[in-house]
Amino acid sequence: MKSKTMLGVSSALCLGTLPLAAQEATDLEQLKKQLQDMQNKFEQTVRDQREQIEALEQQIEGLKQAPVPATNNAPVSATPAAVADTVDDSRWKLTDPIRIGDRRNAYMDIGLVGSFVAGGSTADDIAGGTQLGGHDPNQNGFTVQGIEANFTGAVDPYFRGTANLLFAIDGEGETFTEVEEAWLETVSLPWNLKVRAGQLFTEFGRHNPTHVHSWDFVDTPLVNGRFLGADGLRNPGGFVSWLAPTPFYSELFLGIQNSHGVTAASFRAPEEGEEGHHHGGGSEVPFAYRHPDNDRGLNTVSDLLFTPRYVLSFDLTDTQTLLLGGSAAFGPNNVGAAGDTRTEIYGADLTWKWTSPKQTGGFPFVKWQSEVMWRNTDVGAFDWDEDGDGLVGDEEIADLDTGLPALMAAETLHDFGFYTQIVYGFRPGWTFGVRYDWLDRDDGAYEMRNLAFEGEALGRDPLRNARWRVSPALTWYPTEFSKLRLQYNHDDRRDIGVDHSVWLQFEFILGAHAAHKF
Amino acid sequence: MNFHPLNRGRRLLRAGAAAALALGLFTAAVARAELNVVATMPDLGALAEAVGAGKVKVTSLARPTEDAHFVTAKPSFIRVLNRADVLIEGGAELEVGWLPPLVEGARNREIIPGGSRRVDASKGLQLLDVPTGPVDRSQGHVHAAGNAHYLLDPVRAGESAGNITEAFARLDPANAAAYRAALESFRAELAKKLPAWEARLKPFAGAKVVTYHKSFDYLLDRFGLEFVGTIEPKPGVEPSPTHINALVPQLREQGVRLILIEEHRPTKTPQYVAEKAGAKLIVLPHFPGSHRASETYLEWMDHLVIELADALKQP
Repeated sequence: MKSKTMLGVSSALCLGTLPLAAQEATDLEQLKKQLQDMQNKFEQTVRDQREQIEALEQQIEGLKQAPVPATNNAPVSATPAAVADTVDDSRWKLTDPIRIGDRRNAYMDIGLVGSFVAGGSTADDIAGGTQLGGHDPNQNGFTVQGIEANFTGAVDPYFRGTANLLFAIDGEGETFTEVEEAWLETVSLPWNLKVRAGQLFTEFGRHNPTHVHSWDFVDTPLVNGRFLGADGLRNPGGFVSWLAPTPFYSELFLGIQNSHGVTAASFRAPEEGEEGHHHGGGSEVPFAYRHPDNDRGLNTVSDLLFTPRYVLSFDLTDTQTLLLGGSAAFGPNNVGAAGDTRTEIYGADLTWKWTSPKQTGGFPFVKWQSEVMWRNTDVGAFDWDEDGDGLVGDEEIADLDTGLPALMAAETLHDFGFYTQIVYGFRPGWTFGVRYDWLDRDDGAYEMRNLAFEGEALGRDPLRNARWRVSPALTWYPTEFSKLRLQYNHDDRRDIGVDHSVWLQFEFILGAHAAHKF
Repeated sequence: MNFHPLNRGRRLLRAGAAAALALGLFTAAVARAELNVVATMPDLGALAEAVGAGKVKVTSLARPTEDAHFVTAKPSFIRVLNRADVLIEGGAELEVGWLPPLVEGARNREIIPGGSRRVDASKGLQLLDVPTGPVDRSQGHVHAAGNAHYLLDPVRAGESAGNITEAFARLDPANAAAYRAALESFRAELAKKLPAWEARLKPFAGAKVVTYHKSFDYLLDRFGLEFVGTIEPKPGVEPSPTHINALVPQLREQGVRLILIEEHRPTKTPQYVAEKAGAKLIVLPHFPGSHRASETYLEWMDHLVIELADALKQP
């Protein structure tokens, strides 16, 4: 289809040139004239420059002959510091972050984070079942959550660049890589603006834009896994953010990204398991029991994903800080005919943190963080009689009431969920936290029908079904560069039941380590 | 009287414009009146106050009682940095764990590393503990630039104040003379007080002192007290009971008289070590501003010297 379009476009271009043939002579004259003008200008520039060089050379000669003027006409303050006493900081030392360039010329900082988890679960479907995150534990035994390389540095006076390349091993032992993030960001735009562009996490809520090593728990919150996807909502694109001139901190983000690709769950992500992606889906039946229609690129502006966020923060007291945010994501989804069905996700988040006025190493502290999300998904009408024979064939959903392939009506589905977590740093290096996850939805009309797939009756959509989870976790940070975490998950899924999981996470950081944000 | 809504609207508009202009002029005047100075830590803030000659408004980010290595990166700091005319940093990587993302978020291009309004207060100073041999993180969190707590030495503080003064003078040339005069008087006071401080601690020269972290090295070094070691086995690494049990007899053997800790340290372990080793534990303010009696740099240094002398006086 793509090649056909290309052919069309190129032939249109060829046809377009034919009527112009008559004008060719005059055009040629104009081109010649332009070329002549350009040449004249160029020659003039060269002449000017030669004159400037000669003038400068004369100045240099003059300066050479003049006596050296005294430079210390401004009295330097009388400090006891002698020149010999100054710190020689040009030398690279082994304690410096691993760097391309020395201390004075830091071209790039390199850091490496390795996160692993060991443990087990009573669930048969860990990856994509009890665990919805792509970097969550994916099997009984050991899981490589990610070996994440970070490269960061100033690009030039105008930009800062960073890239996070992640390596991991899936449940089948296959190593896969992810370009988690790779973007450049402006550092000197006026009017308190900032632009970030490249491959990036969407600024949606608190958890989504974070990397594995900064999580307070072993795994992704369920609401993030279900609404924003196993890997979090991240895609090529960019955002502009504005630091508002309010009496408190507040920032507005406007993001635009592609709405297709495996990291655009809830939008135009391909079917789970397709395209060699390693994060297992929870169900073999497609979303809302429809095949995804994803066979298109970008045709109109409305095919893009739009993600606004507004966040504000103020200090309640000297020791307490509150941060409130509202986020949204709007874009087309893959469960309707091209472009006619859309998904909206809304999120609200609250973070409160208390830090002791006498904190040592950041301890003791208490941090409470919660996010709630709503999702409205349009699903298009869909006829399961894909081969058109009027009979229920292989891989076709049957309507048991009629005995015919199911005819799905268009509808809008409503899902919602939240997580809330509290982490108490009770002594230097030690934290104890509890997280509660909860997901539910309004029944879709398609779930209330008498449908079957390959002889098995279908009920509620497992990808939307109600569930909750509670997770206590104890973490020890021997230093800020290593971490050990023990977590228990009590999972309760409607129509599936209760599962118990215990995970022990261990992590190390080498080289440059990004400072902690709030 | 003509109260035609259009006229009224116009009048309001005119009044509004006048008010906006007045406000604009007023804020411009205020902005010109003083440099808005942000110091990462209270000791740098105290120096900025000392040489600011009343022409600067100083905000310190870290609180005087907290551990400056791990300050919570409050979003409100982003707003403060956004409006900063000057950012003063310690320059020895002490703030590396929390300052960079705040500065990146602040959109103030003059205070990014290398910016014209960013002041490294350690410039030109000779720091202690600059690692010379091969070092890696198995030795704890060693600062490659050297020990960052250099303002506990009044002589280095005098030098460092010069860095701050020169930045103020460069960025606010109209008041340059006032800043330089303030620096001179600050240094004169330091020069006057230093012999008194030295005299007060001279009787205890060579007294053996242990600290929790390498926070007070400059203070001990300046006043001739002997730094024997730290309670933490390596910088930033919490001591284990095994380490403590091995440490106590060593301290007893060496005749350690004092154990110094910063205000933010839990006292339990140091108290235990002090009791077992027959030493005295004292908690010292590691920054000015945590007590009413030590708001300024000089008051703080007075306080530190008195506390040390009093503790050493007792048998």
